[in-house]
Amino acid sequence: MRSIKYDVVVIGAGPAGLAAASRAKAMGVKRVLLVDRDREPGGILQQCIHNGFGLHLFKEELTGPEYAYKFIEESYASGVEFLMNTMVLTIQPDRQIYAINRKVGMLKIEAQAIVLAMGCRERNRGAVTIPGSRPSGIFTAGTAQRFVNMEGYMPGRHVVILGSGDIGLIMARRFTWEGAKVEGVFEIMPYSNGLNRNIVQCLKDNNIPLHLSHTVTKVHGNERIEAVTVSQVDEHFTPLSGSEQVIPCDTLLLSVGLIPENELSRDAGIHIDPVIGGPVVTDEMETTLAGVFACGNVVHVHDLVDNVTRESWLAGEGAARLVLGQQPTRDLVTTKAGSGVRYVVPHKIHVENLATRTTTLYLRVLQPEENVRVELVSGTKSLFSVHQRVVRPAEMVSINVPPKRITATAGEELMVRLVREGDKA
Amino acid sequence: MERLKADVVVIGAGVTGTAVARELARYQLKVFLVEKHPDVACGCTKANTAIVHAGYDATPGTWKAKLNVRGAAVYPQVCRELEVEFKPTGSLVVALAEDQVPHLYELLNRGYVNGVPDLKVIGRDELLAKEPYVNPKAVAALWAPTAGLVNPWGLAIAQAENAAENGVEVLLGAPVVGIDVTDGLVTAVQTPDVIIETRYVVNAGGRYSDEIARMVGQDDFRIVPRKGEYYVFDKRFGYMANCPLFPVPTAISKGILVTPSVDKNLLIGPNAQDQEDKEDLDTTAEGLQEVLSEALTMMPDLPVKDAITNFAGLRAVARPSNDFVLGPAPGVPNFINAAGIQSPGLTSAPAVAEVVRDYLQMAGLELKGKKKFNPFRKGIVTFRDKSHEEQARLIQEDPRYGQIVCRCETVTEAEIVQALNRPIPCTTIDGVKRRTRAGMGRCQAGFCTPRVVEIMARELGLSWDEITKKGGASRLLLGQTKCSAAVKGAGKDA
Ligand SMILES: Cc1cc2nc3c(=O)[nH]c(=O)nc-3n(C[C@H](O)[C@H](O)[C@H](O)COP(=O)(O)OP(=O)(O)OC[C@H]3O[C@@H](n4cnc5c(N)ncnc54)[C@H](O)[C@@H]3O)c2cc1C
Ligand SMILES: Cc1cc2nc3c(=O)[nH]c(=O)nc-3n(C[C@H](O)[C@H](O)[C@H](O)COP(=O)(O)OP(=O)(O)OC[C@H]3O[C@@H](n4cnc5c(N)ncnc54)[C@H](O)[C@@H]3O)c2cc1C
Repeated sequence: MRSIKYDVVVIGAGPAGLAAASRAKAMGVKRVLLVDRDREPGGILQQCIHNGFGLHLFKEELTGPEYAYKFIEESYASGVEFLMNTMVLTIQPDRQIYAINRKVGMLKIEAQAIVLAMGCRERNRGAVTIPGSRPSGIFTAGTAQRFVNMEGYMPGRHVVILGSGDIGLIMARRFTWEGAKVEGVFEIMPYSNGLNRNIVQCLKDNNIPLHLSHTVTKVHGNERIEAVTVSQVDEHFTPLSGSEQVIPCDTLLLSVGLIPENELSRDAGIHIDPVIGGPVVTDEMETTLAGVFACGNVVHVHDLVDNVTRESWLAGEGAARLVLGQQPTRDLVTTKAGSGVRYVVPHKIHVENLATRTTTLYLRVLQPEENVRVELVSGTKSLFSVHQRVVRPAEMVSINVPPKRITATAGEELMVRLVREGDKA
Repeated sequence: MERLKADVVVIGAGVTGTAVARELARYQLKVFLVEKHPDVACGCTKANTAIVHAGYDATPGTWKAKLNVRGAAVYPQVCRELEVEFKPTGSLVVALAEDQVPHLYELLNRGYVNGVPDLKVIGRDELLAKEPYVNPKAVAALWAPTAGLVNPWGLAIAQAENAAENGVEVLLGAPVVGIDVTDGLVTAVQTPDVIIETRYVVNAGGRYSDEIARMVGQDDFRIVPRKGEYYVFDKRFGYMANCPLFPVPTAISKGILVTPSVDKNLLIGPNAQDQEDKEDLDTTAEGLQEVLSEALTMMPDLPVKDAITNFAGLRAVARPSNDFVLGPAPGVPNFINAAGIQSPGLTSAPAVAEVVRDYLQMAGLELKGKKKFNPFRKGIVTFRDKSHEEQARLIQEDPRYGQIVCRCETVTEAEIVQALNRPIPCTTIDGVKRRTRAGMGRCQAGFCTPRVVEIMARELGLSWDEITKKGGASRLLLGQTKCSAAVKGAGKDA
């Protein structure tokens, strides 16, 4: 068994891993290794050939591969080493990694710091329990995207889409452009789960109907799927009897959410926040296992890659600071989701960092609201707030707290909540 | 039309038919195993609870009672010979209230009469020590140490492979559409492509065994399909049950249980719903709700949000006997039934095979042992259960072990390739899944499907869009995209 040593090992060469690796290198870390099971770096962006990436960071509309390429080039140029076609099987709490590669065989990699950037996987039919038969022709939207964009095959010609997640919306357009008929997108919630711009550009511009408060209640067909029953649901998501409609189709695409892929993290003993499905992290993006950092979709599901990159720079910096002996003192405050807020990342913030740099809080709201303030409170005291014209569960909110803007003492709890403008908290 | 000659034709390649075929492979006989699906184990055998029952349940004196106990006794050996996963976990019937305790003793007595070894009633403390996640209201339980878990389709595949390796001809995708009877004796079995002239027929047609019996004029039993629905949970929660946990059957509850599978998934089900349609394997919202709410009574902390899939199976219940239908058809002595094999049919399979063999012998079939019979079958060499050192060695011997295809179940390319090149042809995605577990994990094939299709196309010499999930019209891909159709052949070797 081959055994190698690195200062920082980044697992996953998607946008998160690429940004973390090149940032760690830029910070002065000598040996940085990027490991990925795929043939090429870029992660899920490789199959996202539509544009709309990098609007925030680069002020241009890049395709997924173009966005990834910027970071691949940067990583190469900075001297990050790449180990592709290599699957990490286990991470031990002492930061030894076991990985396999068909050329090299089994590898043991010792790391001073590890950055987890394994991304996420799609929720599937079992996770949402759609009764009926179990034929072929049911795909998660991402798998369908891979078949169409990377392999050149059509998963189907007559499509119903369940869930209004972004990949589903993008695929609605992609299938239409390929000459397939998309019957509609059915979403169980009373609001869409995708970005507004995707609703407009993918559905409206192609005359694909979006049916809110609807779900698929049955799959028909024994060999290939032949039809689905869709039903309207009430406010408790219970199908309304009498509202059933049978829609013939040869394909059902599922775009019903993503789950951070944390099997490695769990097995290493890292604490997972059940709300986000990802590790509990500090503002250095360090997990509960010292020396192991995490960023991107493995922590929480992002809708914009620009935010993934920003968050991953922090993880790269965090790992570098650990290796270089520059970690901040371990005085921490904790964050907590208050009313209207589903979650806040990071879970913990170094008091020292609050004074020395801008701190970004990422959060998701529980339901759509207009004209609100996102407020940071400690006890009853409001420390900081920003106005938001619209907030939607589908769009992650990020709040930048400038350096020294708030002061806090170790152990304090900072609650993040939504307050309607005009309301007294 | 091709004409073949056989001593025995076994119809149906579920766990029953494959067990019979393997049993007959011990003798100097020309045996055909004929199955209508493109793979073995596509009937009841692929969708059940996968428990090797101890045998206290069945009414004393029935075939079910006798063959269950005999089957359970030989299971460990059969599974060892065939390299099939078997876990001797024991099982528990859990009384959740004092008034259920007398029923445990009823089962204990019935088990005693049936010859089930080592049954005993245990108290609450011992139960909770064994099974910490059981409802703490539990008061006592019946402990049956001889019960266990098996991989049901794994067993059927292994039996078929072992039979094939010992000379049995396996015809897949060959529905029996007629049986010739002359002067009260079967003479030939017809499928659309071949006619097999034969001296004996074994009917192991599962829920179609009544229709097959009618082909020789036997009309004294009828199969009523009884649906059972299940949820499968992420194997992360496999630790929540160490063995099958049965409720005490009550007037309202039909006995929905919580059990681990051999692969450490948690499984709950089945309910029981009689129906007419033999092909309706749909899960239903009501059925799944029933399964969930009853299982929650047994285990209040079930990880409800971590279901990875649900499925349904159909029991082949024979009316009017409600027992296995074994033996010759009245008036057709060389047609032997192994019909109506409902639960505990998986457990009983090895014993059913012995009984069928004896009936064949009584009907005049001469059984001369084959010297060269090899009872051992080597399974696919799996990667996931090996130590890092052994894994390193496997990759060194075959670099394809270094390529993970299914991330959730850690299945490598080497295993997929092996699955596609074994004694029984494997030609479908579901076939690969049942042989390797690729696609059975928490992402339910989202990740591995394109990779499995690629390997299958390469190994089987097909284009990607010819690959099916389970044969017939179940193609996975419906042609190429505009762009790759334009670039000639681009998709084919993409
Ligand atoms: C919900 C449920 C739970 C169960 N749980 C358990 C359990 O925990 N333990 C246990 O011991 N047992 C259990 N059982 C019972 C067990 O699964 C069955 O008894 C067993 O699988 C039956 O195997 P078989 O080979 O007889 O039938 P099948 O597996 O159905 O095989 C019959 C085969 O015959 C083929 N066939 C039919 N017609 C034709 C034709 N005309 N030509 C060619 N081929 C044909 C079919 O395609 C099929 O492959 C359960 C059953 C169900 C449904
Ligand atoms: C003891 C035991 C343990 C089991 N453990 C597991 C387990 O660990 N994991 C597991 O998945 N099942 C498990 N099962 C269920 C098993 O899948 C069923 O017994 C059997 O496969 C049912 O076959 P089916 O044809 O009804 O469903 P299948 O065809 O096998 O369908 C299974 C699932 O695959 C999905 N699927 C996969 N790929 C595709 C695709 N490309 N297109 C569309 N849909 C796709 C379907 O949506 C469906 O939810 C277990 C069953 C038993 C008895």
